[in-house]
Amino acid sequence: MIFKKIIIIYFLLSSSLYCKEASLELIEIYKNLRCIVCQGQSIADSNSDFASTIKLVVKDQIKEGKTEEEIYNFLISKYGEWIVYKPTFKKNNFFLWFLPYFIFILGGLIIFIIIKKSKHNRAN
Amino acid sequence: MRINFSKIIIFSFVIFLISVFWMGLKKDNNYSTKNLTGSEIGNFKLPSIYSSDIISEEALKQNQFTLINFFASWCAPCRLEHKYLIKLARQNKNIKILGVNFKDKKKNVTNFLNELGDPYDYIVEDRDGKASILFGTYGIPETILINKELIIIKKVIGPLDQTQYEEILKLTQ
Amino acid sequence: MLSNIGSILIFCILSSSLLIICNSCIDIKIKNQLIKKNIYNLSLFQTTATALSFFTLVAGFIFSDFSMINVYENSHTEKPLFYKIAGTWGNHEGSLLLWINILVLFSYLFLIFNYKHNKKFRLYTLIFQNFLIIGFVIFLLLNSNPFSSIYPIPSEGLGLNPILQDPALAIHPPLLYVGFVGCSIYFSAAIASILSEYNGKQFALSIKSWVQISWVFQTLGITVGSIWAYYELGWGGFWFWDPVENASLLPWFAISALMHSVMVLEKRNTLYEWVIILCLLTFILSVTGTFLVRSGILNSVHTFASDPSRGLYILIFLSLMILTSLIIFFKKRKRDTYNFNSNSKETFILANNWFMIFFLVTVLIGTLYPIFLDVLTNTKISVGPPFYNIVIIPFVIPFLLLMAIGPQTSWINSKKNYLFKAIYILVGALVINLFLFFFFGNYGLYSNLILIVATFLILHSIIDVKKSLKKKFEYPRIISHLGFGFLIFFIGVNYQHSVETDFNLRVGETKTTNNYEIFFENIKIKKNKNYKSIIGDFKIIDLKKKNVQYLNPEIRIYDKPETLTYEAAIKSRVNSDLYLTMSNVSRSDFYNIKFQNKPFMIWIWISALMIALGGIVQLMLKKNEN
Repeated sequence: MIFKKIIIIYFLLSSSLYCKEASLELIEIYKNLRCIVCQGQSIADSNSDFASTIKLVVKDQIKEGKTEEEIYNFLISKYGEWIVYKPTFKKNNFFLWFLPYFIFILGGLIIFIIIKKSKHNRAN
Repeated sequence: MRINFSKIIIFSFVIFLISVFWMGLKKDNNYSTKNLTGSEIGNFKLPSIYSSDIISEEALKQNQFTLINFFASWCAPCRLEHKYLIKLARQNKNIKILGVNFKDKKKNVTNFLNELGDPYDYIVEDRDGKASILFGTYGIPETILINKELIIIKKVIGPLDQTQYEEILKLTQ
Repeated sequence: MLSNIGSILIFCILSSSLLIICNSCIDIKIKNQLIKKNIYNLSLFQTTATALSFFTLVAGFIFSDFSMINVYENSHTEKPLFYKIAGTWGNHEGSLLLWINILVLFSYLFLIFNYKHNKKFRLYTLIFQNFLIIGFVIFLLLNSNPFSSIYPIPSEGLGLNPILQDPALAIHPPLLYVGFVGCSIYFSAAIASILSEYNGKQFALSIKSWVQISWVFQTLGITVGSIWAYYELGWGGFWFWDPVENASLLPWFAISALMHSVMVLEKRNTLYEWVIILCLLTFILSVTGTFLVRSGILNSVHTFASDPSRGLYILIFLSLMILTSLIIFFKKRKRDTYNFNSNSKETFILANNWFMIFFLVTVLIGTLYPIFLDVLTNTKISVGPPFYNIVIIPFVIPFLLLMAIGPQTSWINSKKNYLFKAIYILVGALVINLFLFFFFGNYGLYSNLILIVATFLILHSIIDVKKSLKKKFEYPRIISHLGFGFLIFFIGVNYQHSVETDFNLRVGETKTTNNYEIFFENIKIKKNKNYKSIIGDFKIIDLKKKNVQYLNPEIRIYDKPETLTYEAAIKSRVNSDLYLTMSNVSRSDFYNIKFQNKPFMIWIWISALMIALGGIVQLMLKKNEN
């Protein structure tokens, strides 16, 4: 009981202190885009010509009011999925997103079985 | 029985893993967009270099095929591929060639074309390079072949060579 | 001449390995408890020959002996001496020789330090470790020989990549290699344990220190690598989930899990099978990591000059390793009996392993998935930081809670109920979190939760210090867990409160953001010994604190070999770092400026080092015991 009350009071207090900060959206987008002409660098990290051009295009699109999702889709349609670091939620990437959680659940099951066997062993 | 089943799964998984690694060794880990064909090019509006016209994708719809070539006077491989563009301009009446001049100066382009010949039916300029992103290019030279419906039939990353020249001829008969 | 000496020494290593294996096979059949003296001598000879071969290569670099291709390709007469020496292991062939050195050294040390243990077990370990050594030596001879010679002898070398000319180069690879290769000894020991049907508890005692040593070095290696990337590579980040970084993290998860499970095996003689699996898995992951990094199969910023033929050799070696260990494991393993109480330390250690394996699998899948997809469907995708952050971060929250509670439980059966104590500490964590709100402002839900549990772990550990002043054996755990709590805490605050800006500026212009005014004063050009640098003078005014800092980023143009590097200007202070990089926008007089304020960077490094410190303290305590 005390536990639940503490948690509730805490979150009420903290949400009143919550304030909006200047949006870092632009740099977050740059970090999610991959530089095609570089070896494993993001647009945010790269100093290449291509990277600076992409930055201009993204800035323009933000000004036009496009959302992050729309910008990514636009660039994917031009350059392929390779250009975004966050894999899309399409059928191709099903195993990518699904397997880690599946293994976690599997691990939990194994531990559960082990503990059950232990109880059984100790009962004997 | 259960043990054997899991053994089989584990061994097959290991064999699968090793085979994938082995095949992966043969693949090129550098990325290229040359297989990104089949989609329509986007809308664009680019200013002509030598006139006050604005060229848009509408203008290309009247052509059977259009070859969009991204070039610049300061780009050495562009000089190498230029002769194939000249040949294509002369030999093939089905293709019209659109030159997109990338991050360049008008004076230098004029010198470039005077020296090597002008194969272009239209020349537009992309001063800041942003329009090239609309076409999905990431370096120069690059060449895109589109048809009447503005669908991309072929992409060439890097300078054109003999094989690609012949392929373009074949595709546009 | 050096190249001939080196080649002879390599053959000495190979032949001594073969002799050791033969002699050990014979000696195993003899049913006494003493290992024949000549096996010890052979092992010592092998260690000496290997060390000498390494020093031969170093000598080649110091004296710029360009008759060796390796020295020619990676060194230059004008290189400073320190980097000449460090350049020995800054390339593929030299680092391979270092790998072999560690394999041989650990083989010998394991043999002599485990004199109290069963003879069959020790000999089998020696045999399999020498199979590994032979595998690597053959790889070296056939494909990556640092001693292969070139004729006519060139007068000058090709030089060393300027990015690698950094003090961290001297220590990052050796640290990491001791971690990676140190796993080999308990890989061999695990196989030996199965074959000699060794007792679980004895096995745990024999490998415990080795697991800890490899863990400490792996932790240090990763930390130094991150520090190096931060100061040297000019992006302001220290972890990019790059395939090469992931390759070093995978064994770390496995060794951490193993370290905890070995405790259970030692104290309660259970989880034997699982410990064996982890021992095998760890070195397999090390070699897989090497394969991914050196074969060129993945696109990464850490370019080792990659070569598919290398990849083929490593893949064959890896396949043999996996298949052999699997076959032996399945043929001769013993089934475990489980005797756990659900409220006991054993269960919490199982939970630790559960989470560690989850993190390991996530990073493994993220790194390998692009390869699989490319081979099977011919599409290329990228898997980067967003994937890892989304999957891993939520699970760190319960993990930190378990880290705090777990050590409080006792072995076998825990009688006390820690719930109330835990609530009090949780309240303390919440209060501290509220204070942070006051000072810093913005928070997201996840970072909020992460900081709460990290603080929970920190407070818990601090309270533990008071409780455990007499129990010295608790110190290592407290230090490491505390370090981990701090690490997550500082990374969390840093991630939420980093200010990053990216803009283009010309000389003489000023950029004003919410908190800073950045004035691009001047550009200077300076000629140095082997490079030309363009230095920018920047004046940074902190509008909130009203202080002024000066930063001088550089663009360096090297001539041998011709490369361009960007040196970040970093001012590290106790509470935050100021970070500025400058690059030229081609065909214009604009410069692209990336300016960042990153809180608590130094504390992130200190926390990571603290984690390793716990392990070092434990090793020292064990030494004092003996």
